[in-house]
Amino acid sequence: MVELTHDSRPIIGRGPPLGATFLTLAIVSIALMVADQRYPQVGRVRGWLTAAAYPVQVGVDLPFRAWDWLTGSFADRSRLRQENLELTARLRLANLQLQRFAALEEENRRLRDMRENSAGVAERALVASIMNVDLDPFRHRVLLDKGAVDGVFKGQAVLDAEGIFGQVSKVNVQTAEAILISDAEHAIPVQSNRSGLRTIAVGTGDPDRLSLPFVTTEADLKPGDLLLSTGMGGVFPPGYPVAEVTRVDRAASATFALVEARPTALLDRDREVLLVWFTPPVAPEPAAPPAAPTAPAGAGE
Amino acid sequence: MRPSEFTRRILYWLSVAAGLVLAIVPLPDWLDPARPDLALLAVIYWILTSPRIAGLGYAWLSGLFLDVLRGMVLGQHALGFLVVAFLTHRLQLRMRMFPILHQAASVLLLLVLYHFIIFWTDGLTGHGYTGWDRWLPVLSGALLWPLIVAAGDTLTRRSR
Repeated sequence: MVELTHDSRPIIGRGPPLGATFLTLAIVSIALMVADQRYPQVGRVRGWLTAAAYPVQVGVDLPFRAWDWLTGSFADRSRLRQENLELTARLRLANLQLQRFAALEEENRRLRDMRENSAGVAERALVASIMNVDLDPFRHRVLLDKGAVDGVFKGQAVLDAEGIFGQVSKVNVQTAEAILISDAEHAIPVQSNRSGLRTIAVGTGDPDRLSLPFVTTEADLKPGDLLLSTGMGGVFPPGYPVAEVTRVDRAASATFALVEARPTALLDRDREVLLVWFTPPVAPEPAAPPAAPTAPAGAGE
Repeated sequence: MRPSEFTRRILYWLSVAAGLVLAIVPLPDWLDPARPDLALLAVIYWILTSPRIAGLGYAWLSGLFLDVLRGMVLGQHALGFLVVAFLTHRLQLRMRMFPILHQAASVLLLLVLYHFIIFWTDGLTGHGYTGWDRWLPVLSGALLWPLIVAAGDTLTRRSR
């Protein structure tokens, strides 16, 4: 077939010229990008669109889930026995700690009541599965199988059994996107359990490493220190483990020490996480110690 | 004889849709950064072989759906798909004549442009990732091009 023009579509019923279609759609794309960045109302349009994407995401997720289920149902007896023994041992240990914890909680509540403040404790939690869907290899984001219909909201804290996992960055109808604390765009206010030092832990893009860029060389921080969430910014409940300091480098000439920490949550191995609801602590307390640097707890989009 | 226009249209839609699904299938970590843009390669292939069927609208919609699937800024991949589809339309008379390696090289250039658009909009929206491995899909896509052509030609011949 020999065509003489570049535009090789049929001459009859050709529709608008190629260049015009291109220009229109290009302008629409750019307008969409700007609107998506600037105006939260576009979230509703995205909501409808993600409803169309949901079946595809479930379809991709399903075979993996079925495989897990299959391997789970046909696990051999000795492995189950082994697992059972381990779990029993862990439960015994946990119960032991819980006995002490009950007394502590009671004491804590009494103390808090005195201050008329019982906020900051996770009140309700919802288990969400991480869907087997790859969003972007360069961003630490996961898709959770709970969305607006389950009451998930933007900025909600996500925890796993070992510590803080991340926060919800986008809410769709049946799904939600969570950003991990290790994402390079995420920052979380933390406090050292040992010295009480407050600072900010920033993600690095490596699931095993957080960076603490605002620690001065004189600061009281050493490897092995546990970093807890402070609850500042109202996104994360206070007092949950975030990371353990792995490295503190104090160069004599520098103002800030090079500090790295390893997240306690199993960021790259988790299959299930917890979405928590809690009453954020009352923010401006007159007698409160000076707040951590002003960087927000949240992540931009 | 080539398959009817209707069959080819269906094949076009299905192959691009399959490429979109494969864009979010989990891959092992070492392979993940090099995931080829199969949907875009399918769009290029169909524009080259059936320019009367493969227009800009469906390419744009596919890109938009990819944005939604992967939770990106709306319109980012849509613009990338659109630009590549438009250029392929413009160049298709020439590109059809190229020997396969030459064709793979032009596909490489189109992919570079596509990823540059993604990279650029990423930077504008504050998601800049500047590692070298974000350009790996360009290479894997170009290397895969001869296979795509072979697979596509087999497919269209069989469904005659």
